[in-house]
Amino acid sequence: MAYNARHHILSVLVENKAGVLTRVAALFSRRAFNIVSLAVSPTEDERFSRMTIVVDADASPLEQIVKQLNKLIPVIKISEIAHSEGVEREMMLLTLKAGSETRSQVTELSSIFDAKIIDVGYEAMTMMVVGEPDKLDAFSDLVRPFGILEMQRTGRIAMPKLARQPVKLRAVRAARG
Amino acid sequence: MKPTGKITGAQALIRSLEMEGVEVMFGLPGGAILPVYDPLIDSSIRHILVRHEQGAGHMASGYAHATGRPGVAMVTSGPAATNIVTPLADAYLDSVPMVVITGQVPYAAIGTDAFQECDTVGITMPVTKHNWLVTDARDIPTIIREAFHVATTGRPGPVLVDFPKDVATQMMDWYWPDGVDMPGYKPTTKGHPKQVKDAARLIVAAQRPVIYAGGGILKARAADALKTFAELTGIPVVTTLMARGAFPDKHELCLGMPGMHGNYTAITALQQSDLLITLGARFDDRVTGKVGAFAPDAKIIHVDIDPAEQGKVRRPDVPIVGDCKQVIEELIKATKAEISKHAAANISEWKATIQQWQLDFPLYYEQEEGGTLKPQFVIEKLRENTPDDCILASGVGQHQMWASQHWQFNYPYTWINSGGLGTMGYSVPAAIGAKVGRPDRMVWAVDGDGCFQMTAQELVTAAAERIPVKIAILNNAYLGMVRQWQELFYEERYSEVYLSPDLPDYVKWAEAMGCVGMRCDNADDVVATIEKANAINDRPVVIDFRTDYREKVYPMVAAGTSNDDVILHPALNEKSR
Ligand SMILES: Cc1ncc(C[n+]2csc(CCOP(=O)(O)OP(=O)(O)O)c2C)c(N)n1
Ligand SMILES: [Mg+2]
Repeated sequence: MAYNARHHILSVLVENKAGVLTRVAALFSRRAFNIVSLAVSPTEDERFSRMTIVVDADASPLEQIVKQLNKLIPVIKISEIAHSEGVEREMMLLTLKAGSETRSQVTELSSIFDAKIIDVGYEAMTMMVVGEPDKLDAFSDLVRPFGILEMQRTGRIAMPKLARQPVKLRAVRAARG
Repeated sequence: MKPTGKITGAQALIRSLEMEGVEVMFGLPGGAILPVYDPLIDSSIRHILVRHEQGAGHMASGYAHATGRPGVAMVTSGPAATNIVTPLADAYLDSVPMVVITGQVPYAAIGTDAFQECDTVGITMPVTKHNWLVTDARDIPTIIREAFHVATTGRPGPVLVDFPKDVATQMMDWYWPDGVDMPGYKPTTKGHPKQVKDAARLIVAAQRPVIYAGGGILKARAADALKTFAELTGIPVVTTLMARGAFPDKHELCLGMPGMHGNYTAITALQQSDLLITLGARFDDRVTGKVGAFAPDAKIIHVDIDPAEQGKVRRPDVPIVGDCKQVIEELIKATKAEISKHAAANISEWKATIQQWQLDFPLYYEQEEGGTLKPQFVIEKLRENTPDDCILASGVGQHQMWASQHWQFNYPYTWINSGGLGTMGYSVPAAIGAKVGRPDRMVWAVDGDGCFQMTAQELVTAAAERIPVKIAILNNAYLGMVRQWQELFYEERYSEVYLSPDLPDYVKWAEAMGCVGMRCDNADDVVATIEKANAINDRPVVIDFRTDYREKVYPMVAAGTSNDDVILHPALNEKSR
């Protein structure tokens, strides 16, 4: 998904307990907030998980989202990672029509995009692309004419840029306590 | 944390409730919660057996309103859990501290569509402050401590603990945790000093200030602080529907209730103010009318313990996150310091304007000699013939608005109603819960005929438990509030609002439930009937007041319109701007 000013990346540290994802998802639906993508994963500390939520909102509803999320008891800390101040990655798996006549063109495009071919069938190929969301968009646009049979994206994960320049991870709210 | 031998999960639950100081709970047993009802027999906790689980929830809520302590309800799984969803939603919107315990099918059976299984935690997630599914008996004391902590601290609210049957029979080593360890839950109570100082500066400089006091004052037990603050500054106070009684109506600075059915002065003072000192209120749409047109010239100080209320509806100039009592006390100090530097702005002209509105646009109704009984008249006579600290509960509808308007509230915690959710049927069980919590007080409920029919069966509970509440039904034979909207906004096309005055026969119904039933249909008998009811102290009383079905609630700000457009009682109209 291309850069969109209404999209905000929230990096949410939560307690690793049953039902936390449901609480977060239920909050979004109850308060009529929109999720663009959501990725959940364990962290280096097994007591916590990290949710990377891309939300579609203007600044003032975003503030409400963050405040309401903060009220969820298993939510420990929320940081907004501004587009220019973080590194974002996403992964895409994509099955393309690729018979004998187009296979070489598809492989060539794949290598330009650093896409890995991970499965090959008689008339189709599945490849994996990792990169910034824009790159994934570009790749899927370019190969669309060959015929996309199936596509899946993981949703973004993001981390703040390191202190080559000062770290500007904007903590929307510092950890409680 | 020292273990004192093995006990069952059920025993641990009851013991944990005792440790939390629970003295009474409201509930009704069933299959999944059976094991917990057994050790209850040996407990010091009083259990009040309700006739419907919704009653248990509202009783817990009424108890919490009246006492400030969390209300506790316990019911079984499935249909009982769904029956208590309404009280949870109600308590959630009105920030009422409540702990609800539900039975659940055995943990191993969850997800199999077992008998009386439902996803209680899932269903109640959006209507609780937090909820827990207990999966191991060893967690019970910790979870119960957390549950009471969450329900009663920060912005209070209802919580739910779902309790599978096999957890109740599992053995565990008893312990009692020293405290709670919740890294994701640390409410802010102290106001930020800089914000407090900024607020004091605005307060001293304002020409047309108003204190907009909400239910948070009562939750924070800040009524005394509010009085000190108002008297120090001389700033008039409006009390929202949730805050009636938080500031005495008889006080010269009290302007009464603002909002859709508030009085002209309270509505207009907010509307024309240049500074709203918002204390524990949340800019509810029933108060603001059309938000974009609300108090257009006002700067906003917003004190609320819930950070999410800051800027949710109206962006504050000075947001202060904190406990109302603490922050008001801080504000008092800061304001005094500010006044010592330079005198406060003169607000006497503003107060004179307000006084003129009070004279020109009072609440108005006419009880004609020998004419049909007016509901407002009943409420006024009730007020005159009950102790000053009498607790009043109400249902939802016209009678609720008249009660809030015409009752004079002079003490905090004397008004118990469903503001946020507007739950018909709230008053009877809430009044019962209040009387259980405050047996020393007289407790009346003003109910509608429609509301009464939703939860009246709890009077059986009250009669059985000898809880002498008194119910005044303002029987207008209609779903009156809906009728009023149909009259005003749907060209008098009355769709499905007629109820009949005598079906059911409320007197007979009351008698059948073990109460004393009375009827009154004219103004001359009102006082005598009330006195008769006041003299009965061994059982509940129900009075069927036959009131004028044509009477409407005025003033009114129609939904979605601006607070500049107050519709007055037709008899006052010629005086309007
Ligand atoms: C459970 C529930 N259902 C419906 C409503 C909508 N409603 C609001 S007021 C009202 C009429 C209440 O009638 P009654 O209890 O007779 O009170 P009145 O307005 O006549 O004083 C209704 C139906 C509601 N608030 N709650
Ligand atoms: Mg009615």
